[in-house]
Amino acid sequence: MSNARMPSDSVEFDVHTDEMLINMGPQHPSTHGVLRLVLRTDGEVVTEATPHIGYLHRSAEKIAEKLSPRQFLPYTDRLDYLAAMNMNLGWALCVEKLLGHQVSEKTRHLRVIVCELGRIANHLVAASSSGLDLGSFTPFLWTFREREKIVNLFEEICGARLTYSYITVGGVTADAPTGWLKRCEEFLDQFVPVIDDLHALLTNNAIFVHRMVNVGVMPPEMAVDYGCTGPVLRGSGVDWDLRRDGEPIYTDMYAGYTWNVIAPINGRYPTDHPCPPVPFDAVVGDSWHRYFVRMLEVVQSIDIIRQAIAGYSQAGGEVDRPMAIKQKLPKGTAYLETEAPKGQMGFMIVADGTPIPWRVRIRSSSFSNLSIVPELCRGVMLADVPAILASLDFVLGEIDR
Amino acid sequence: MNAEQIYARLEHPFRPWLVGCDFAAIDPWIEVKPDGLADVARYLREQPDLWFDMLHCITAVDYFEPDEKKAAQVEWQPHIELLYHLSSLRHRHRLVLKTSLPRWLDDQPGRLPEAPSVSRIWSTAEWHEREVFDLSGVKFLDHPDLRRILCPEDWPGHPLRKDFVMPPDYHGVPTR
Repeated sequence: MSNARMPSDSVEFDVHTDEMLINMGPQHPSTHGVLRLVLRTDGEVVTEATPHIGYLHRSAEKIAEKLSPRQFLPYTDRLDYLAAMNMNLGWALCVEKLLGHQVSEKTRHLRVIVCELGRIANHLVAASSSGLDLGSFTPFLWTFREREKIVNLFEEICGARLTYSYITVGGVTADAPTGWLKRCEEFLDQFVPVIDDLHALLTNNAIFVHRMVNVGVMPPEMAVDYGCTGPVLRGSGVDWDLRRDGEPIYTDMYAGYTWNVIAPINGRYPTDHPCPPVPFDAVVGDSWHRYFVRMLEVVQSIDIIRQAIAGYSQAGGEVDRPMAIKQKLPKGTAYLETEAPKGQMGFMIVADGTPIPWRVRIRSSSFSNLSIVPELCRGVMLADVPAILASLDFVLGEIDR
Repeated sequence: MNAEQIYARLEHPFRPWLVGCDFAAIDPWIEVKPDGLADVARYLREQPDLWFDMLHCITAVDYFEPDEKKAAQVEWQPHIELLYHLSSLRHRHRLVLKTSLPRWLDDQPGRLPEAPSVSRIWSTAEWHEREVFDLSGVKFLDHPDLRRILCPEDWPGHPLRKDFVMPPDYHGVPTR
């Protein structure tokens, strides 16, 4: 009897390692805040991922039942603290929808400028922290250098660097100071070449591409089913952006501007600017596409800001002042979603005729975007989990409220 | 389709379930009985001409006035209202679906009111319903995993209810 066996016979393919439960977070750097993931692993493969949230719950909705809308505004800064301008806008527009208030031409252009600057700042952090989570440190420092310039512009216009409370119910707290628009343009001019550097560092980086491509693939139906919005939804090839498809009170803000919704349609991105090619093995809906949508939206936001600066300079009159702190609210309910950098941010206000809302609801974009994690992380390698989380770009302040 | 047309579309199969509507409201809404909620939701999701494929938000509003003086002036009976904000990406229309629940099941304080879960129709509802259960105290029947999501597991009560009283301490940690 021969003992000679083929080498492959001695490999046991059905060997499973002991199941292990791994706590990722709440202090893990790649969970972007205080998210805790409980991972059930079989060797290197994640069989189940359960997110636990609420570590940053500050009951913002309950607080809003004790304050007038303008008093609540600073609390919206603390929701998505990386894009506080866009949070202010969501709440201000929601209350304006209830009041039936329309802001002046000049105000709307100014709001667009700060919101799109906020979007650039947010996407820079999102893109570079994807790199950071995968072990590439340089882009993180480079984007923070650029973000710092935006933060300086914000500091100049409203006095705060993170929690702006600038866009407020009825208008904005103050007009742009003299020379501010010029400094905005100077920032944009010097920023455009930096985007190419970022593309070189990340978008076409072989390691980054390998880690992001074909990881966490989200088909469009699944993305819609889980209520994913923003770049997460568009990365799956769904042509949907509230700046174009939203309610009139919000789309009017962008009326007259020319721009495209950034989403891969038939494998092509609708952009007029030169951009790196899509890697040949990238699948629409994977982490790389979510990252790439953000990078292209940065370029597109620059275009929008330039148009808004032109619009602002041509518009006559004054910017609108905020409404009175304790203005009576008409009886009624208004719900409005705006396109925040991380997705569709919704606010709802139920008013009973007093200046204090009866109930306020905050629909967080990251909340829905995160709820897809158990689905995306099932069956992936442990090392892919940070890549998937980074591509979803969430902030726990907004999820936990 | 606007809300009026959607209502007309729902009237034939679901007439007994529809209890109210307001097309002139800021956000037009249609109210259904809680028992018919899941069927209406599935119909809205699956009919090709309605195709409400995205559920944005589930909200519970507690209508209850703890202050007796003020309670005498309000025009509503105490209840909990659930709002479902829906939209269709394909047809670009929106709708608010409402349903009204008692504050307590069988008027026995402590027994949570029940509503059918829509988490099998829209997956996003799974987390939203957990949040409504956690903060507003509504039990969703047929939910796959109904536990608290934002508050600790052993938190007493449901904070977004108007009669919620903050406990003086939590595991020895003063709350004030």
